[in-house]
Amino acid sequence: MKLKGRTWKFGDNIDTDAIIPARYLNTSDPAELAKHVMEDADRDFPSKVKEGDLIIAEANFGCGSSREHAPIAIKAAGIQAVVAKSFARIFYRNAFNIGLPIFESEEAAKKISEGDEIEIDASRGIIRNLSKKEEYRAKPIPPFMRELISAGGLIEWTKKRVRAS
Amino acid sequence: MTITEKILAAHAGKEKVSPGELINARVDLVLANDITAPISIREFRKIGAKDVFDRDRIALIPDHFAPQKDIQAAEQCRMLRDFSREYDLGLYFEVGRMGVEHALLPEQGLVVPGDLVIGADSHTCTYGALGAFSTGVGSTDVASAMATGECWFRVPETMKFIYYGKLNRWVSGKDLILHTIGDIGVDGALYRAMEFEGEAISSLPMAGRLTMCNMAIEAGGKNGIIVPDVVTEEYVTGRAKREYTLYTSDNDASYVDVREYDCSRIPLTVSCPHLPSNTRPAEELSSIAIDQVVVGSCTNGRIEDMREAAEIIKGRKVSSNTRMIVIPATQQIYLEAVREGLAEIFVEAGAVFSTPTCGPCLGGHMGILAKGERAIATTNRNFVGRMGHPESEVYLSNPAVAAASAVLGRIATPGEVQ
Repeated sequence: MKLKGRTWKFGDNIDTDAIIPARYLNTSDPAELAKHVMEDADRDFPSKVKEGDLIIAEANFGCGSSREHAPIAIKAAGIQAVVAKSFARIFYRNAFNIGLPIFESEEAAKKISEGDEIEIDASRGIIRNLSKKEEYRAKPIPPFMRELISAGGLIEWTKKRVRAS
Repeated sequence: MTITEKILAAHAGKEKVSPGELINARVDLVLANDITAPISIREFRKIGAKDVFDRDRIALIPDHFAPQKDIQAAEQCRMLRDFSREYDLGLYFEVGRMGVEHALLPEQGLVVPGDLVIGADSHTCTYGALGAFSTGVGSTDVASAMATGECWFRVPETMKFIYYGKLNRWVSGKDLILHTIGDIGVDGALYRAMEFEGEAISSLPMAGRLTMCNMAIEAGGKNGIIVPDVVTEEYVTGRAKREYTLYTSDNDASYVDVREYDCSRIPLTVSCPHLPSNTRPAEELSSIAIDQVVVGSCTNGRIEDMREAAEIIKGRKVSSNTRMIVIPATQQIYLEAVREGLAEIFVEAGAVFSTPTCGPCLGGHMGILAKGERAIATTNRNFVGRMGHPESEVYLSNPAVAAASAVLGRIATPGEVQ
């Protein structure tokens, strides 16, 4: 799987309240949530972001609340993947569970500038910066997470187990 | 093994587990609230399971936007009620019987030592105070666990935090945890277990322990945990609704890091905007004017917190420049506060005394900040926009500092008003 697109850059500790403020959590409709994605980190982001874009962030992306609305809002806004130096653990779980591709790479987080075109070779964990003509490596995805991805997310994975039991 | 590793091993049916290992483990209790459960319910239906794994081990608690703050919130709350009826769930709590989930479940003896608990709420880590492994997960994790009674985990490395000596006057579990987060940062314990021990922890009442474990997530921790002792046993005696197991950490357990603190040097601590790790001694912040004070939440909404705030505010008035909102975390705490005369003390002082809700903690309702307004709160997060307008500010403190700040209309220490 190859993911190619334009990047938006964010800093350290982007919390889930910044990704999707709680004032919008009286719904879990993905399209509604997408209208406010990253709003408290950058008020204009929902109007600037385009289908196929990617988010690049520094450390501890998705810290704070367990709200799955955060990766849902990102995915529903058409963002293909998030690359960060590190992810908060519940966000990390949630992203794999719902099928939002995420990649950990300190080098990519440091070197990619906003607006760079990048291409991610998801299966090999290689991030190519087409604008800067550089290549970075993402941390390998643990085998179990690969299993989740190939099943199509946690619900599909659980379905198989429930049927088998 | 550490206590965290032992509980995970026991629930995975293994003799031993090691940090980094991925396991599938049995869960004792699964919970979700009115914000997270609607997604869990939707995803659960997609699985096509005939039934839930155990109708008495799924807790659905409308607490965030309840009492229902608007039509959409009401629709979400109704999903919890309808689903609970459909599957005959034993642990659904209607408004009037509910409370802030992480205060309610330990209070009612529904989580017990040795449990493995997951919840679609990040502050599920609170129950580590009882010697349980508990951690926040997403709604889809909860959906899967509602069907199977299991959840996948990566066994975390454990960091040990040792607190020596005695606490200074008015310094509480809240100050210890804020100080610790200030020391290690908001990702200082990322993916890790935080085990708290030492003389100050042994003498810390259960309320303070729950506060400390509650905020493990604010350091990025997977769980906070305290090895059960006499305080734990006293708390669960007469309360526990199930049999429980007291686990300890072995003497040769391995820790990825050990941090030691001298409590005589831990002051009343406040987290400044916009991260819980941005800590300062309260006494250095006396120039900060305050528009709103909130005492409540899963972090500090217990009866001990109500008593502490009431002790400061008794016979005094909330500053004319400030509003104070006191929110007992459960119906039982509310009733105790009424019976002990605390409700009267707050109302006499000119404060609001509210029905239980998470409410303002996450900017839901019952005390939202306008642009440019500033609050001091006993809650757990001070991110941008957390309590309202993106240009408002939240400072985090213990209940005594919050109450003193209400009296003086600026950040203040209890010593300044008493």
